[in-house]
Amino acid sequence: MQQSNSYIIVYSAVLTIILGLLLSGSAQVLGPWQQEAIALDKKKQILGAVISAEEIAAMTPEQVNKFYETRISSTVVDLSGAEITKEGITAEKVEIAKDYKKPAEERSYPVFIFHAEGNPEAVESYIFPMYGAGLWDAIWGYLALETDMNTIGGITLAHAAETPGLGARITEAKVQERYVGKKIFDESGALITVMMQKGEGKEYGDDAHKVDGMSGATITGNGVNNMLKAYMGYYEGYIKAKSTPKAAVAAL
Amino acid sequence: MSTETLEKEVVAKPAEPIFSKRRKKLVTDPLIDDNPITVQVLGICSALAVTTQMKPTLVMAISVIFVVALSNFVISLMRNTIPARVRIIVQLAVVATLVTLVSEVLKAFAYDMYKELSVFIGLIITNCIVMGRLEAFAMGNKPYDSMLDGLGSALGYSWIILTVAFFRELWGSGAVFGIPVFEYVSSLFGPDFKLATNGLMVTPVGAFIILGLIVWVQRTKTGYVEH
Repeated sequence: MQQSNSYIIVYSAVLTIILGLLLSGSAQVLGPWQQEAIALDKKKQILGAVISAEEIAAMTPEQVNKFYETRISSTVVDLSGAEITKEGITAEKVEIAKDYKKPAEERSYPVFIFHAEGNPEAVESYIFPMYGAGLWDAIWGYLALETDMNTIGGITLAHAAETPGLGARITEAKVQERYVGKKIFDESGALITVMMQKGEGKEYGDDAHKVDGMSGATITGNGVNNMLKAYMGYYEGYIKAKSTPKAAVAAL
Repeated sequence: MSTETLEKEVVAKPAEPIFSKRRKKLVTDPLIDDNPITVQVLGICSALAVTTQMKPTLVMAISVIFVVALSNFVISLMRNTIPARVRIIVQLAVVATLVTLVSEVLKAFAYDMYKELSVFIGLIITNCIVMGRLEAFAMGNKPYDSMLDGLGSALGYSWIILTVAFFRELWGSGAVFGIPVFEYVSSLFGPDFKLATNGLMVTPVGAFIILGLIVWVQRTKTGYVEH
């Protein structure tokens, strides 16, 4: 079948418009559900820093939301560690990826506080979001510090497009467990954080600032290291303020 | 792309039964005798990529069934209006729209699956089975027949990737649909007994091996030889 050029052009244009309308319509209709799914996923990632992946997987979405509401409170701080009390700003609303493009001083830094069960006053750990660059695209995560503000209680790491089986392994529990119990400050109080090493299969049990690497994913590992170092630096003001209990009491 | 030539349209008798013998053949042929993966060797890429576990594989299979059957149906409806010179683009646009719909629905209702499969759902667009069936069948046949043809091809694809996934997950992770079968079986033989998993199965190499074995078994049974 041979058609005129104008037929082809009109046909293509009409088809494009119809398909375009169909797609934008579906995006509109599904939008609210997608937003909800993304919000839930974020809560799961935050909780992943303090409870195990199996526990989260066993929870229904309602349970996750309820657990999050009863056990997590949040605040937003600036680079110096002072709380930002601007109207309408909540930790959940801060978009780290967008803030990442601003200079460090202008960003808002959310902090999620994990409370003991049944006691909203008692703090179990502080959870800090992080954001950085992996090999191909963005990586991000949440790091939980215990109340000594030095020991890592847990970490969740996620990525946009790391290589499956290599860099993408940062999402595996096996890799994330390596961070548990490590320290971010050395004895003198200097910020060292935790560095993922090159190569895999070594034990770093006695070194509080090193974890085993991922074979074939050194650049992703370096990305994680840089992200940790940068964001613990940004939060250092807040962390230091919280870790000297006397000063905190005096401030109250 | 499929090397198959356009099938001759069977003379349509009025009111052919909905499940006539010929139509049943459209669906059943691609399951074994003309299987898109093991005989035509199409769609291998995703068969390797998504088959480490049963669950994502099942989602992938359902998505492919939806896309292939529906795109065959839609293209067949449009077949007499599609300008020959831009037909591939038109086919692609329809397929891409359907795939995007699948991806959006997954994002809304199965976000974990969406994250896990993300790029591979998008790659259904380039799955050779989809375009192959459109070119080979839907462009020359009626909508209902085309839909059945697409359904058959997609089912043929699905059972193969599910079989591959079954063995890869069982031997690679010791589980089926996330249920730790190996752990359970090991516990039957006392505390010291432990079934070992094979790390090779988790890598794409494992898929090649399983797929090769399936092709071997199948061709031995059917006596199919490549020309």
